[in-house]
Parts: sequence; structure tokens; C-alpha cells
Amino acid sequence: MENILSLLIWIPIMGAIIVAFLPRDNENLVRYISAAITGLEFIVAIVLWRAFDPVNGSMQFMERYEWIPSLNISYILGVDGLSLPMVLLTAMLFFIGVFVSWNIKKAVKGYFALYLLLNAGVLGVFLSLDFFLFYIFWEVMLLPMYFLIGMWGGPQREYAAIKFFLYTLFGSVLMLIGILGLYFTCGKTFDILLIMERAPEALNGVLWWGMSAAKVIWVLLFIGFAIKVPVFPFHTWLPLAHVEAPTAISVLLAGILLKLGVYGIIRVNYGIMPDQVYWFAGGLAFLGLVNVIWGGLCALAQTDLKKLVAYSSINHMGYSLIGIAAVVAAGEMNGGDLKAAQAGLSGAVFQMFNHGTISAMLFILVGVVYERAHHRDIDGFGGLASQMPIYTGITALAFFAGLGLPGFSGFVSEAMCFIGAFPVFKAIVVLSTIGILLNAAYFLWAFQRVFFGELNEKYKDMKEINGMELFTVIPLAIITLFFGIYPGPYLDLIKATMDQIIEKIAFAASYGIM
Amino acid sequence: MTNLQSLEFFIPEIILVITILACLITDLFLKKSKTDLIGWVLGIGLIIVGLSVYNLSSVPPTTLFSDMIVIDPFSSYMKIIIIISTLLIIVASWANGELSKYRKGEYFTLIGIMVVGLFLMTSSIDIIMLYVSIEVVSIMSFVLAGYLKLNTRSNEAGLKYVIYGAFSSGVMLFGLSLVFGLTGSTNYFVIQEAISSMDSSANPALIMALLMIFAGFGYKISSVPFHFWTPDVYEGAPTTITAYLSVAPKAAGFAMIIRFFHQVFSDSIALSGNTVGYTDLPWPEIIGILAVVTMTLGNLVAIQQESIKRMLAYSSIAHAGYMMLALPVLSIDAVESIMIYLFVYIFMNLGAFFIVIIVKNKTGGETFAEYDGLGWKMPIVGALMTLFMLSLTGLPPTAGFVGKLYIFKTLVGAGSDFLWLVIAGGINSVISLYYYFHVVKVMFLSGKRSDKLSYPPSLMLGLIIFTAVPSLALGLYWNPLAKWVKESLVFYSQAM
Repeated sequence: MENILSLLIWIPIMGAIIVAFLPRDNENLVRYISAAITGLEFIVAIVLWRAFDPVNGSMQFMERYEWIPSLNISYILGVDGLSLPMVLLTAMLFFIGVFVSWNIKKAVKGYFALYLLLNAGVLGVFLSLDFFLFYIFWEVMLLPMYFLIGMWGGPQREYAAIKFFLYTLFGSVLMLIGILGLYFTCGKTFDILLIMERAPEALNGVLWWGMSAAKVIWVLLFIGFAIKVPVFPFHTWLPLAHVEAPTAISVLLAGILLKLGVYGIIRVNYGIMPDQVYWFAGGLAFLGLVNVIWGGLCALAQTDLKKLVAYSSINHMGYSLIGIAAVVAAGEMNGGDLKAAQAGLSGAVFQMFNHGTISAMLFILVGVVYERAHHRDIDGFGGLASQMPIYTGITALAFFAGLGLPGFSGFVSEAMCFIGAFPVFKAIVVLSTIGILLNAAYFLWAFQRVFFGELNEKYKDMKEINGMELFTVIPLAIITLFFGIYPGPYLDLIKATMDQIIEKIAFAASYGIM
Repeated sequence: MTNLQSLEFFIPEIILVITILACLITDLFLKKSKTDLIGWVLGIGLIIVGLSVYNLSSVPPTTLFSDMIVIDPFSSYMKIIIIISTLLIIVASWANGELSKYRKGEYFTLIGIMVVGLFLMTSSIDIIMLYVSIEVVSIMSFVLAGYLKLNTRSNEAGLKYVIYGAFSSGVMLFGLSLVFGLTGSTNYFVIQEAISSMDSSANPALIMALLMIFAGFGYKISSVPFHFWTPDVYEGAPTTITAYLSVAPKAAGFAMIIRFFHQVFSDSIALSGNTVGYTDLPWPEIIGILAVVTMTLGNLVAIQQESIKRMLAYSSIAHAGYMMLALPVLSIDAVESIMIYLFVYIFMNLGAFFIVIIVKNKTGGETFAEYDGLGWKMPIVGALMTLFMLSLTGLPPTAGFVGKLYIFKTLVGAGSDFLWLVIAGGINSVISLYYYFHVVKVMFLSGKRSDKLSYPPSLMLGLIIFTAVPSLALGLYWNPLAKWVKESLVFYSQAM
């Protein structure tokens, strides 16, 4: 148990190396080994979850080794209530993703080696507690992603891949400058926990270009994370990358990679500069609102089913942003409403998880129909309900989950975000309900066009969803339904950590806003 | 120290001169096809030189030949960098198909003479010595750039190089003579003393002199606006020489700049503190702007190139710009970051050039079209080229990232005055990603998959693996390098 977190990171790295050295021609062997590796990874993640103590809000299973002493860089890992659900989600979706990519034909070996490397990068970001390590993993994700989109993607894949790469690199360079700023102001260390401890005092009164250094660093880090979320106006890489990426990669992109942005904001921005939250929360909530409305409107305008789902991600991440902005309710000047702050933050973290499962489901289902029809034009189908009843049923479930119908997990987390944000950002919450309306409109309208009406003659031989595809969707559907009816277990798991974050932010209000 | 006593500390250079003579003599007895042997003579000589440099790196810093040159850990570090890159170039020259039509005896000998010049560049503390060493390097470079006498591009390269070189060294000499006129001495330390007690009315002349001297330095490291020779010379010269010019003279040039500006144009405490001593001069602004313009121009023009060799030429201009970012600070951290950057830069840049040689040997061309689908045809070459491109972009976990990290760290640590330089550097890395990954795109993404795999000849394969290992390993663990650089951060100074 001692090195379980290292195990989580190193299993896929070793796996990638093993896969890279397998014989080129035996494609099935590559698939089975990749499934075995991600399966093992999933089991380790479950073991970690069972051993995790939910009452303790601090870091658990910490590992710490010296790495580059001359720059005070260490190898530090840890997990808490914020990262644990993300680790579980990652391990699960990567396991499912192997089966979604079962039909990849081109250079199978290369695909799975990069896939496993991506897995390691994502887990590394969630688990590392040293900025240098964090940054390395953050960047390690880019290269596999570039190849996975650029080599196995759709017709515009090369453009999509480099656009994704350039956008994220731009963000991470700014992030690096922010990290270096923290390194120097907080006594030359990359240790995130140590920086969290020292930052409020160390950054107090430091000026950069006549501005508070804390604000500059906050903005630098925020842009880095916002590009990943993606927050309007940094979102334009996302629809393109989603549409061009192969199904499994879209699943991972929406399911996990987008979560890294919100995770980063909570872990780094909130954790290190809790006092600045008050300064920025209004803007954050507003950006959330823009995301909700803009994403909704764009989704409504799409004719490509996958693009619709991609824009729905932008829309859904907006709720998360509004939720995390709600923590300022905990501040004295906002009435010290800890309950609202809790609802908002937990709602946002819950929304991250729910969007992970729901959007994964949606992308898999879009992939199913694309596999058969070789296009995704919403108006090009029609009447599929009579041809593929099971598929229609599951898609209906996924769409309802996506539009936030009560009874599905998405409803719970969205409601929590709104409840939390209402006391502080009344106007924004009221306006963003328009987003919910849009949300329902684009899902239902698309559903109607694809599944109802006359059956398109071309597709009268369309095959029903098969066993392997069902195997990838059903677990996600069950999770969505389960948490929709009984969200308790999830919220209990994260509660202690959320309380700690809120407490810190509430306390930060007392030493003033700079 | 007197001349005779100095000889004891001048052993590396003496061995080098003997090696060069041995090269010349051996060449007389060899048939054209056997001249590769001269490379062995030079290579073995250089290894012995390297050992004696290492041997001398621990002696206390001192001046030689009546204050002409110094021997200190800093110069030893730079000399070792130069030796490593020269050895790699010698091996690559054996495999470089462009040279197969020519005798290589003179070629290797000229490289050897160039190394002497580079050694003196890193250690001179007298402006006459400085000028002479620069000229030794330049003249050898002119000849080597035009070495392919049957190739018009190579002839053009040699000629262009001579014209630019002559002009900029002329300007530099003018600047140096102004300095001599103002201070009455050619020795760095006497000049420094004279400047620090100088009446401020002499400032305009001094600034003029400084800018003129920088023309010579800027030409050596190919900084804007003295970079115009770079693309044409790099494109026309034999690829091995292009690769060599992009690393070794650059390393020596930076060593020279650091020593000159440190010891002459800053007060002596600058090394321990964070300030640039000579306050009357807007030094940080001038060099900062030059650095930003250098890397931006290098990166933007690199995007439009059709030829990978020419693209790498512009990229090397951009890399000079990244290193120059640290010059406005000129603290001990800045010198450290440049030293680390130079070391990692050798491997990633030479590696990329070696792959250009492999492809040129195989296909006869160096444009993007030749790289189409390379990743599928030669998987190892494709994968390693991707690594070099990653490293040149500066993405973790490669060595290039460590270099950039140190440069950025220096600038952020020096305070918010230099923050604009970091942001400019960061944005430039993003721009550079576009053209570096254009290579990757051509190799893997757009190329057709092929089932016929091929591998480069084992000599070149060995070379690219040899350069790839540090390009990756130093990105993951560079503590020994950091330690070595820290130990080498000792300059000779008069105060000692």
C-alpha cells in the first residue's frame, strides 16, 4: 500500500514500453495486453478507494523522494477527496476506452502505446504534489494526444492536432511562468503543499509591474487551466479536436482531460491563493455563464452529432465554473454562508465526475452510429428508433442524463452548483437557467431528428448495437442512474476535503482582500 | 605568469597543435579514399586534449602569458563542450555523403585549427587576443563552409561568410580601438579599472564602442541584426559544418560575451549579486530587445522554410535568442543558465542535423518532401527526430525543457523588470512548436504507411542514439550536470 500511487503512474508507463516492444503483426495481442494493463490499473484504483479514509480531508498515501536537490525538486505524490474520484474516473474510462478502440486498424501498436502513455500523464497530474512533476505530467499528455488525434483522427485531423497542441502549450507556458513566480516568492521550492502554506504570507504586498504579484500569478495559472476546461474564449480548439479525434479519444478528452482544468483551478489557484478567490469569483461565475449560454447556443446550431456533444461539454463545464465560484459565499462579507459554499464546490466537483461519465456515454454512442453509417449528420438519419430499439433506448437515457433530467446524476450536481451560487450571484444563476433550457432543446431536438420520423431507406439494414459496445456503455449508465438517485456515497467521499478547502477560503477573507 | 611558466598550463593547446601537425603530415601519405584516417588522428588527439583540459580544470584560476589568457573552471567547461561537439562532428563527417568526393585531410585539419581558435576565445582576457582568436575561428569557418568546391551553393556560402565576417570584424576592431583609446590598455582588468574611474563625459564614446564590439559578438552567435549570413551559409555549407557552426562557435561566442561584459563592463561585484554593474548604459534593455527580436525573427522565418536544413538554421538563430535572454541579467544565475542551455543544445541540435545527413545520404535532398512518411519507413529515425524536435521546442521531459527552465528561472528570479522577456520567450516556444512539429507531421501524420522498414547505417544510428540519450535523460535527471556547472562557475578575476 505504501507506494500505491507510484504504482498507478508506473503501471501504464511500463505498459506503454511493453506494448511498444510487442510484435507488429499480432494486433490482438496488443489489444489484450492493453486491456489487461488498464484493467490492472482499474483494480489498483479500486483498492486505493477502499483504503482511502474519507473522514480525513488531508493528503493521504503521501510519497516523497528527492529528485533534483539543486533546484529543490522532489517526487511527491498524494491523494485526497478532490483527486480520488478523478483517479477512479480516469482508471475506469481508460479501461473502457480500450474496448471502444477495439476496432482501430491502423498501427495498433503505436496507438495503444501512446494511449497508455496518456493514461500515465493524466494520473500523474491528479496525483503529483510537486509543481515540477505536475508540469511534466501536464505536458507529457500533449504528445500522445497530438499523435492520437493526428494519426487516427478524421479528415481534418492534422489541423485539429496542431491546434490542440498550440493552444495547450500556450496555456502551459503561461502556467510555467506562474509556477516560477511562486517558486521564487515562496522560498525556492516546488513543493505544492509547502507553497500553499507559505504563499498567503509570501505573496502579501509583492508587486509585479505595480500590480499585486498574487493577481498576476493567479491570472497566468488561470489561463493555463482555462484553456484545458475550456473556458470561453479559449474554447475554439475543443470542437475541432473532438470531431476529428477517434471515438475513444473523444471519450477521454471530454471525460477526463477537460476535468484537469477545473481540478487545476481548485487545487492550485484556490489552494495556493485563497484570498484572491474573492477578487476573481465574479469573473469566474460570469465566464461560467458565458460557457453555459455560448455552448448551448452553439450546440443548438450543429448538424454534426459529435460536434453537438462537444459543445454540450462546453455548456456543462460552465455549471462547474459557476459552482466553484460559489465558494466565496463562505466569506464574511458575503454572509459566511458555509452551506452554500459547500453545495457549490461539492456540486462542481460532482459535476466533473458526472460529466465525465455522461459525456463518455454520449461519445461512445455517437461512435456506434458513426461506425455503421460513416457519417454523423443529424439530419441524415431519421427513424432509427424502429431499426435499433436497444440503441435508441440507451441513447435516450444518455441524452436525458445529458440534459439534466431529475433522476440522473447530472441533475443533482447542476442543482447543487446553482443552489450554492444563488446567494452570491443571483443574476448569473437566473440567466444561466436559460442554458438549461437550451440544453434540453438541443438534446431533444437532435434526438427527434435522428430517431423519430420515417426510417431513412439507406439504413434499413443498420445493425443493432453489439455486445462489446453495450459493455462499454452499460456501466456508465448504471453509475449515472445510481448517483442520480443516491448521490450520498460520492458526496461523503469528498466532503472532508471540500470542507477543508472552504475553511481555508473562509479564513482567507479575514486577512483581507489585496 | 611569465611565458615559460605558462607553458605548463597550456598543455591542451600544445597537444592540439601537435595533433594538427600530425594531421597535415599524415595527409601527405594517404590516398584520397583513405583520408578518413585523419579523422582518427584528430579524434584521438582531441580525446587526449580533453583529458588534459579536465586535468587542468581543478588548478586555481590564473592568467597565462603575461595576462593574455586565463585558465579557470569556466573556460575548462566551455572547452569540454567544444571537444564533445567536435568529436561528434568528426564521426558524422565519416558518414556524410557530401564529402565523399573530396579529400578530407584538410577538412579535418581545418577543424582542428578552428578548435584552437575556439579554445582561445573562451579564455582570452586581452582585446588583441580576443580579436586574433575570433579571426582564427572565422577564417577556418569561411574555408570549411565553402569546402564543397564543386557545389555552387557551398561556394556561395563561403563567399557570403567572408564578406559578412570581414565587415563585422572590422566594425568590432573599430570598437576595440575606441576602447583602447579611452583606457590606454588592452587588458580586460586595466580597462575595467579605467572605465570605473572614468569621467561620465566619455560615456557616448564608450557606448559607441560597446555597440560596435557587440557587432562582432553578435555575428559569432548569429544574433539579429548580424544574422544575415546564417541561413545562406548554413544551407550551402556541408551539413556537418553547418551543424558544427551552429554549436561550437556559438558556445565559444557566449563564453566570450560573458567574460567580456562581465569583467570589463560591469563592476566586480556583479558576479555575486544580481545587478548589472555599469549603470550608465541601458544594457538590459538593448540586449533584451535584441534577444527578443532574434528569437522572434528566427522562429517566424523558420515557419516558411521548405528545406529542413534552412529551417534548422533559423531555429539556431532562435536558440541564440533564447540564450541571449539571460544576458541582460548577467548574474551568476544567468551565466549558469546559459552554460546549461549550451550543453543540452549541443545534443539536441546536433542530433537533428545528423538526421538531416541520414536523409540526405539516402534521398539526396533536404526538403520536407524527403521526410514524407519517414516515420513509417525508418521508425527509429522518425522517433528520434520527434524527440529532437520535442527537445528543441522545449517540452518536458526532454533536455531542451531544462535549458529553457533555467533561462526562465533566471529571469523570473531577477524580478519583474525582466518578466516581459520571459513572456516573450514563452510565446516564442509556442511559435517554434509549429514548425518543429511540421517535421513530425510530415514524418508521421501525412505520410503513407509503408511496410518496408529500413534502418540507417550503424555509424549514423550510433550517433543519433548517442545524441538522443542525453536529450532525454538530461530532461529527467540533470543533477550531475547542474553540479558540474556550479563547480565550473569560477572566473578568474583580479580581486583574487
